[in-house]
Amino acid sequence: MHIIDRRLNPGGKSLENRQRFLRRAKSLVQGAVKKTSQERDIKDVLEGGEVTIPLDGMHEPRFRREGGTRDMVLPGNKKFIEGDYLQRQGQGSAKDSGPGEGDSEDAFRFVLSRDEFVDLFLDDLELPDLAKRKIAQTESEGIQRAGYTTSGSPANISVSRTVKLALARRIALKRPRKDEVEELEAAIEACTDEDERAELVARLEKLKAKTKRIPFIDPLDIRYRRYEKVPRPVAQAVMFCLMDVSGSMSEHMKDLAKRFYMLLYVFLKRRYKHVEIVFIRHTDRAEEVDEQTFFYGPASGGTLVSSALQAMHEIVRERFSPADWNIYAAQASDGDNSYSDGELTGLLLTEKILPVCQFFAYLEVGESGGSAFDLSDSSLWTLYERLRNSGAPLSMRKVSERSEIFPVFHDLFQRRETAQEKAAP
Amino acid sequence: MTERLFEGADWDFHTLQRITDACEEVALKDLGLDVYPNQIEVITAEQMLDAYSSVGMPLFYKHWSFGKHFAYHEASYRKGLMGLAYEIVINSSPCISYLMEENTATMQTLVIAHAAFGHNHFFKNNYLFKQWTDAEGILDYLDFAKNYVMQCEERYGRIEVERTLDAAHALMSHGIDRYPGKKQLDLREEEKRAGRRRQHEEEVFNDLWRTVPKGASKARTAISLERRRKLLGLPQENLLYFLEKSAPRLAPWQRELLRIVRHIAQYFYPQSQTKVMNEGTATYVHYRIMTKLHQQGRISDGNFLEFLGSHTNVVFQPEFDDPRYSGFNPYALGFAVMQDIERIVTNPEDEDREWFPDIAGKGDVMGVLRDVWANYRDESFIGQFLSPKLMRHFRMFHLHDDPEERAGIRVDAIHDERGFRRVRRELARQHDVGFIDANIEVVDVDLSGDRRLILHHRVIKGSQLNETDAKRVLQHLADLWTYGVALIEVDANDKVLREYVVSPRPIAAAVA
Repeated sequence: MHIIDRRLNPGGKSLENRQRFLRRAKSLVQGAVKKTSQERDIKDVLEGGEVTIPLDGMHEPRFRREGGTRDMVLPGNKKFIEGDYLQRQGQGSAKDSGPGEGDSEDAFRFVLSRDEFVDLFLDDLELPDLAKRKIAQTESEGIQRAGYTTSGSPANISVSRTVKLALARRIALKRPRKDEVEELEAAIEACTDEDERAELVARLEKLKAKTKRIPFIDPLDIRYRRYEKVPRPVAQAVMFCLMDVSGSMSEHMKDLAKRFYMLLYVFLKRRYKHVEIVFIRHTDRAEEVDEQTFFYGPASGGTLVSSALQAMHEIVRERFSPADWNIYAAQASDGDNSYSDGELTGLLLTEKILPVCQFFAYLEVGESGGSAFDLSDSSLWTLYERLRNSGAPLSMRKVSERSEIFPVFHDLFQRRETAQEKAAP
Repeated sequence: MTERLFEGADWDFHTLQRITDACEEVALKDLGLDVYPNQIEVITAEQMLDAYSSVGMPLFYKHWSFGKHFAYHEASYRKGLMGLAYEIVINSSPCISYLMEENTATMQTLVIAHAAFGHNHFFKNNYLFKQWTDAEGILDYLDFAKNYVMQCEERYGRIEVERTLDAAHALMSHGIDRYPGKKQLDLREEEKRAGRRRQHEEEVFNDLWRTVPKGASKARTAISLERRRKLLGLPQENLLYFLEKSAPRLAPWQRELLRIVRHIAQYFYPQSQTKVMNEGTATYVHYRIMTKLHQQGRISDGNFLEFLGSHTNVVFQPEFDDPRYSGFNPYALGFAVMQDIERIVTNPEDEDREWFPDIAGKGDVMGVLRDVWANYRDESFIGQFLSPKLMRHFRMFHLHDDPEERAGIRVDAIHDERGFRRVRRELARQHDVGFIDANIEVVDVDLSGDRRLILHHRVIKGSQLNETDAKRVLQHLADLWTYGVALIEVDANDKVLREYVVSPRPIAAAVA
């Protein structure tokens, strides 16, 4: 008889199987992940969690029989006698939808860990080539003093700490001080009485012996300076969400914008330890708001894009020094802007915003139905296009359907040149 | 009064040892059980979930479908839709029982009595397990299988291995020998043989031989149909075996994978035929042991009540119109029949004397039960021992559902004098694995033509194969056979009802 405690054995034995399953179900899970992420707040996207995937693609077929005459023995007869007939349930359609017939589209819920979720969410995205700084490397290591240690290289001996300890030890062990010995020697010199002299010599001998026993510096006292490697967080990013919320922006357009921001956030979160989001909405005035207000708060008024850029510029100056922060901006708009604002907008972008930005994406959102591409270019689009043609690092895309968001994002981040070529027919 | 085994709900390893010793004493002395050595392992809930996903085995080869099952169980467990089993027990020697750490002391006692003695005795003594499983060798064999699959993945690629295993899994329920006659399974020997076989194949492989001219081959037509079928061992219902031996273009390692899946299917085959008996035995044994321990004063009244609560839940049988109903509960049915046998043996009524002349009033309960446990499977067990009294107790009735019948589902028999035998026969048939699984056989191979494999499904009671699934399984089959496959569904009069024809998919590896 053996009783064995297996609780300490590592669990997660089936992890490998789980990963195999995920690999196999990748496209299904990926679809589910995208669907799930659409219903969440930007920051919650990263929480991982449950997705529902159709079992169909993961079906393991077996030969199964169905139909025909069936015989069954059941418990719990209360009133039937031989020869009775029971009504079939749902008679009429029973033939078509018997249990287990046809392709059952039953789905099951699958809990993804945070990492699995995000991996699938981003999957094959790449960093934009445009990056001014080396942003793939999220951290650099610094060296920092971290106290003292009893071992180390001689170069790192801390003299003051060692002496301090030696001193403490000498005092504690009552090592005779130098002047004490000298005093005694002087006393011996001066002494005339034989007996007293002998006694003093004895004391001196004792002191000298003690001095020898208790060294001035003992190996025990030696301390070395200790250094530690610490990650230095240059790895922080801020993402500016700029949105035009004037009357012309419909819920649909905001929804498109939200999805784009969400992707951007997740994407950045993956690369940086700290990601801040700044929501700036604007009409003819710009203000910084929270996520809820940003997407759902009512607002109306004229449109001055420059106000948002100005606001962003000020926030950057106050809170996000470009030396410490990687700055990203994504602007979503339906493309309307006051005619008179064009010049100021262009100036702000080229002078203030673009120089400090890693990446500036302009997303022109259109009404569902895809008509955006047929119309003549909006004033903002025309302006941005002009800037881009003169070499400004801008990315611009038009989107009018939810399903386009991911591909557009993908394009923007996958190969920028292609994205631009596509955008500029 | 004897000392209590434990107080309250807490336990430690000393308690487990005391409990096991106490259970063992009752099991061996009072019940006369004969068990494999026991090994009891305490695990966490997470480990229990892990165990679920690899069909309860401590080691198993890796495959995505186990991951799928894990995810499925985990999700429903976390949502509270499903409780975890109290125990998992493995038919091996030593017999391994997993206990969950969350169980109370009473539950641990119940589980030890149930698994380590009830199931254990059944595994060791039932003729099906003796015939088809090799308790000493299974763990080593699984270890071999796991490593073999891993090596194959390294050598031939994960995708290739996965494809073969997927196909083998699809055919798993048709990878079983249903009738003994061949020699007993010895998995250790099997494992050694696999090694020798590989070695031999490597030694004899000589490319030169391929260029040696052969003598004039016998005209194909000269071989008679009968002879050909005999050479191929047809008809053959063990599809995996047939493929392993006869599929023309499988690599040796693929044959070995098919063999592994086939052996594992065979190992689990007795379990599917003895669910009612196996659970009935274990439940009966735990009930006897717990009652005895309580009588001896080793379990307090409170703990015994706790046990009775769990026990009652386990043997609860909802009635057919209850929303909780999902067929007969094997625990309930098995336990009821075992208890009924006890009653018939010790205290029979006239009806019992008439129905069970062999055992009524025989007096030796354990002797009779041990004999039953050793020599029956669910079908014969129910067919033999379900008494009129129990049929009345469960209020059983037999329904006959003919889709052609407009009036509805006919009540064919109920629990009365006229119906007892019919109800019992029908319930027994429902537990006959040979009857539940589709009857599919390889009947011929068109050797002179396009080498198409021909299978028959003999349709019983008009119940045909699910079309979608059938096509998918046949696709797997065709991929392994590497030529076309035809499945013909015929009724009892050889009338063809439906015919499937599937061609193999091109092998991706050959292209790459």
